[in-house]
Amino acid sequence: MAGKGRGIAAFTFNIEVLGLTRGSMPESQRGPQALFPQVEFKPVPLKAGEDEDYMLALKQEIRGRMKGLPFNIKPFSGRNDVERYKEKYVRECQKIEDEEWTPDWNRLPKELMPQKKKIRKKMGKYPKKPRKISNKEQEDVLSKLDELENKGDKSDEEKEKEEKKADEEEEVEGDEYDEELEEENDYIDTYFEDGDEYGAGSDDNMDEATY
Amino acid sequence: MPSRGNSILLLKMTTQEARLCGLLLREHFGDVVEKVGVHLLRSGTLNLRALAHETKTSLDLVKKCLCVLVQHGMAKFGPGRRGPAGPVEYQINCERILYMLRYPRYIYTAKSLYGDTGELVIEEILQRGQMTMSSVVRTVADRLTQNMEDGQSMDYSEVVNAFSKLVETHFIQRCPPVDSLGATASRTSSTGTADAPATTTPQSDQPESHPDCYRLPQIHLSGRGKRRRSSGDTEANGKGAKRAKMDNTEVCGDEGIHWQVNFERFHLHFRHQAIIGAVASKLDQTSSEIVRTMLRMSEVTTPATAAHTQAVSANEIFRALPPSYNISRPILDQYLTLLVDDPMEFVGKMGDSGGGMYVVNLHRALANLARATVESVVQERFGSRSARIFRLLLRKKHLEQKQVEDFAMIPAKEAKDMLYTLLSENLVQLQEIPKTPDHAPSRTFYLYTVNQLPTARLLLQNCYKTVGNLIERRLFETKENKRHLEKSQRIEAILASLQASGAETAQLAEVEEMITAPERQQLEALRHHINKLDSSENQVDETIFLLESYVNSASSR
Repeated sequence: MAGKGRGIAAFTFNIEVLGLTRGSMPESQRGPQALFPQVEFKPVPLKAGEDEDYMLALKQEIRGRMKGLPFNIKPFSGRNDVERYKEKYVRECQKIEDEEWTPDWNRLPKELMPQKKKIRKKMGKYPKKPRKISNKEQEDVLSKLDELENKGDKSDEEKEKEEKKADEEEEVEGDEYDEELEEENDYIDTYFEDGDEYGAGSDDNMDEATY
Repeated sequence: MPSRGNSILLLKMTTQEARLCGLLLREHFGDVVEKVGVHLLRSGTLNLRALAHETKTSLDLVKKCLCVLVQHGMAKFGPGRRGPAGPVEYQINCERILYMLRYPRYIYTAKSLYGDTGELVIEEILQRGQMTMSSVVRTVADRLTQNMEDGQSMDYSEVVNAFSKLVETHFIQRCPPVDSLGATASRTSSTGTADAPATTTPQSDQPESHPDCYRLPQIHLSGRGKRRRSSGDTEANGKGAKRAKMDNTEVCGDEGIHWQVNFERFHLHFRHQAIIGAVASKLDQTSSEIVRTMLRMSEVTTPATAAHTQAVSANEIFRALPPSYNISRPILDQYLTLLVDDPMEFVGKMGDSGGGMYVVNLHRALANLARATVESVVQERFGSRSARIFRLLLRKKHLEQKQVEDFAMIPAKEAKDMLYTLLSENLVQLQEIPKTPDHAPSRTFYLYTVNQLPTARLLLQNCYKTVGNLIERRLFETKENKRHLEKSQRIEAILASLQASGAETAQLAEVEEMITAPERQQLEALRHHINKLDSSENQVDETIFLLESYVNSASSR
């Protein structure tokens, strides 16, 4: 009935053929249905019984328990600025032990491992390098410049070579850490900011990933 | 209709399923996992970086979420479209997430089969996704000890016993081994193609395909469950925790062997229970015991997806019947004949040798149970006369409007109304058969029909929607009464701490009175509502299970 118009008059054939009379057509619907329409038939009551009650208790217990397990990941909203009184009793009554969870990394892709150690290396190296250049290499360069004054163009090559080498090194390292630089793991960065560069490796076994 | 059915199969997920998955993830793992999980559901296969970028979540959080999802078997990973060298890609398993709805039922089943110990074993593994045997044993023994009277404790060996029984009956299984990613990549790269992302994952290996799947490791574990220190003195508590931690690091010889719940096995059990229950209510207790015996006999020999059990002879059934039933041989034969003649066709006869060979028609039983479910839904929602029309159409396949009115013996006007209502709800379909090529309505047959499979699918989607709505409503109720709930929690905490410090009863009563009578009333009402909503979730899931099994069995045929 190709939408030629509204209502019964629009049909191109005599609808009496189908056994329909004017009064027997269902009312056309106006607008969307109500969100909670009146139901004609009342729903049957829920099953009751010992097993249903037990499963209900289990369901509620699981729900409560999953909240306390380490798998429930909370967004880092950061440390709460103010310690709220509420948190104390919430922790008390839910008996949330700060349980730690160390997944078996053999069963997970490597990339999911939090990369603390590497980052620490990075933090250790970057500040060091310019210093190295400024002390030793600068002296070298200075002495070379002296030599250059004496010997002329021969040492020029040497210098270029050296510079190239340095460049290469930098490039390699740049590649390696490009990945980490992209990451937005701000919390780790800030954590190691305060002069932790020299302690690398001292507490290696402590930084297992703990959630 | 068929095209829609196909698209459901291809996507393996619908809007309602995705919504429910999101809600379940939020409830169990928090908002962040929900966000990541739902995005993964919507986009299929993604790598870590894309996932973090598209969800605008920090990489660290995304990593944690993926760890949680993989740990619980809800996400799989594998080499991506760009081959083994490319980034690892992740895929989420919608079905597995929906199983979370059924957790109470798995646990309850374990309890009824293997007692409290079995219950706790399944509960712990479900809550943690996968665990080593030694940690299961330790945690369960500790928890059981906690509930025992003072001075008693649970021996580890008893838990080991329950655990091995669960493994023997295949209710729990080893997680399939995951090689380091490089190895798996080379192994699966042949199957890993862009157009079939479902097969690119190394974990998609069926756990059953590994020979060690149900082999128990040798573990060196002896001792008893420990009682946690009372929370009163924190120092002792801290020490206890530390000791517990040291215990956990003790080597037991089963490191790296993780166990997970075998959901398929539980589903088989549920299916068998459903069939037995249906026989019991349709015929009687004795016949249900006969069917139970038949199912138990063929449990091991019948593959999970088989349409019917292995045929067993009446002689064998007779021997396998527990003597306590007191069924004599001629009575057994009568019962078997009765079962075969029953229109529900739960039991079929395959031959005459050995006193008659009998099978349980698993798929047909599921189809009949699903049909009964659909019929009862129509009856409860549209009344018994609409249900009469519906059953009529199911039996007669195709009927014209006039025939429906006549056969159902319902006045034409009312019958039309009911038929159109059913049609608009998609429970009944309309088929046009034109006599002339111009499709002129006056020269066309309009045949009404019911297609059971699409109707079951439709109801299944409605069920998902229902559970979603139930969860939303529960969250809403909780939110509305947040203040009251928090207050009662706080007062309970205060009461507990007072009790621990040995306060007087008068003092306790005073604290208790901090909740006023109307507040108490409101809390009581809330508790009542939430219990009802939770119970409904559990019971809708029963229907979901039945319809899912039917849809799966029908599509595997």
